[in-house]
Amino acid sequence: MKNLTVRNVLVAALVIFLGLVPVIAQMTGNTFLMTLFTRIVILAIAAVSLNLIMGFGGMVSFGHAAYLGIGGYAVGILAYEGIGSGFIQWPVALLACAVFALITGALSLRTRGVYFIMITLAFAQMIYYVGVSLDRYGADDGLTIYKRSDFAGLINLSDRTTFYYVCFVCLMATCYLVYRLVNSRFGMVIQGARSNLRRMRAIGFPTYRYQLTCFVIAGMLCGLSGILLANQTDFVSPAVMHWTRSGDLIVMAVLGGMGSVLGPVIGAVALLVLEEWLPHLISIVGEFVTGHPVGAAKEYWALILGPMLLLVVLFARGGIDGVLEKIRRD
Amino acid sequence: MTDALLKIDGVTKRFGGILASDNINLSIPAGELHAIIGPNGAGKTTLITQLTGEITPTSGTVAFAGEDITALPTYMRSLKGLARSFQITSLFMDFTAIDNVALAVQAHAGNSFQFWKKARDERELREPARAALERVGLSHKADTIVSNMSHGEHRQLEIAMALATKPRMLLLDEPMAGMGPEESARLVKTLLELKRQYTILLVEHDMDAVFALADRISVLVYGRVIATGLPDEIRANADVRQAYLGEQEAVTTQVTHHG
Repeated sequence: MKNLTVRNVLVAALVIFLGLVPVIAQMTGNTFLMTLFTRIVILAIAAVSLNLIMGFGGMVSFGHAAYLGIGGYAVGILAYEGIGSGFIQWPVALLACAVFALITGALSLRTRGVYFIMITLAFAQMIYYVGVSLDRYGADDGLTIYKRSDFAGLINLSDRTTFYYVCFVCLMATCYLVYRLVNSRFGMVIQGARSNLRRMRAIGFPTYRYQLTCFVIAGMLCGLSGILLANQTDFVSPAVMHWTRSGDLIVMAVLGGMGSVLGPVIGAVALLVLEEWLPHLISIVGEFVTGHPVGAAKEYWALILGPMLLLVVLFARGGIDGVLEKIRRD
Repeated sequence: MTDALLKIDGVTKRFGGILASDNINLSIPAGELHAIIGPNGAGKTTLITQLTGEITPTSGTVAFAGEDITALPTYMRSLKGLARSFQITSLFMDFTAIDNVALAVQAHAGNSFQFWKKARDERELREPARAALERVGLSHKADTIVSNMSHGEHRQLEIAMALATKPRMLLLDEPMAGMGPEESARLVKTLLELKRQYTILLVEHDMDAVFALADRISVLVYGRVIATGLPDEIRANADVRQAYLGEQEAVTTQVTHHG
């Protein structure tokens, strides 16, 4: 069984665990686990979509969170204006993301390297300030969504378990779609363009149109994540589009591993779980060492997370997934 | 010369005050192996990149198979049958050898907006790729990641990729660069065979190889073609000896020795 590697077993275990989160939450009565993992699964979709352009396509976008906002605002604004049907909200949201990706991608993809990073960041900042200036829809304070997307009684998104599984299925579908994409002819072109753009042109590929298509697909997939996020929090604000959010998505992909489709899923779980549990860990360890509650010290969890990220980038260039992959070879 | 496959007409390229290509006229009929020699900095690679479309001439035209291609983008020239290998190895280093060649095949097998079927399972792509690797003697390395291959193998792979694009003409930019004598000899053999099937423009420093392969030779000095002719004529040309061969006594004797 050449597929039975340490990496594959662990990844399968992770996927099974994600599939069982509602059951575990029910058994342990831990509702916070549900909230946390719904969020993780949703942001994993965004990280996987970013990795399609960044890891496979070599297009390092520093503005990917813009699509979280566009997807979210499309849902929020339509709900606010009285259009509650998911059959309208979701396609409109995805279409808005596609249009934004098409326009910004068409311009960004004329640049390379650092300039590409900067121009994607600039576009995301632009849309961030558009959000801030939307007075009718809450501006800075954001927009509360009073009713989740309505699917005519077919699916009830207000039910926590149902909603979790909708997100989980969306994540699995996204991963499978990206997997098929990167191994298709289209995916070979995308990866070839990452590896050696000049050579791609010399052997006869008009690379631009393929990269742009890929950029639009990734934008729409991230838009899906934005739709779900707005539905989970019943709220959307410019904060979801802040550039630090784009940075979080990059960290997820780099931490988990950019070389595989599922790497960013691992990264999303690792980052968000650490973010959640490091503060607790600090207070427990701090109290144990000093003998009294350490209080504010737990605010410094980033001091631990930062060096961990550094170590991954320096010593494990394939991310967590890359490290697991290596175990097989030894 | 209307039957020329590649016709370069008055091509001039200026970089600021420097004339990298100075009114170059060349006409290469189908079936010929035409070599371009010249000292370092003579503008050989500049000429090649104008033929592939990576830079546009300041003035002059390039025609391929009777069609003016001066303004065509690089990928269109490849699709029309003008293939090139790079002087400095330019491959997909993180792919396997066969993936590299299969990608070249794919470029010429319709558009690549195919999102679902696994490209690595398509015989339509893999088989021609295998054949091209076979042709340059690399089939035993098909599944090796390119970054783990030797320099000589990289040079062979460069040619396999050019072949895989089903070209009508090959532009080979110093294919022997950095090769040992044994590897060079093997590549000369491969090129002798390819020469029967393709029109070739060969830029090369290795004089043994050039005189063994070329039907005609052009000498480029400071961006100008100072002579074009049969190998014997070039060897005997006084200007050439002074401007180029004369600079390197060793090469001169080697060349004379050949004649």
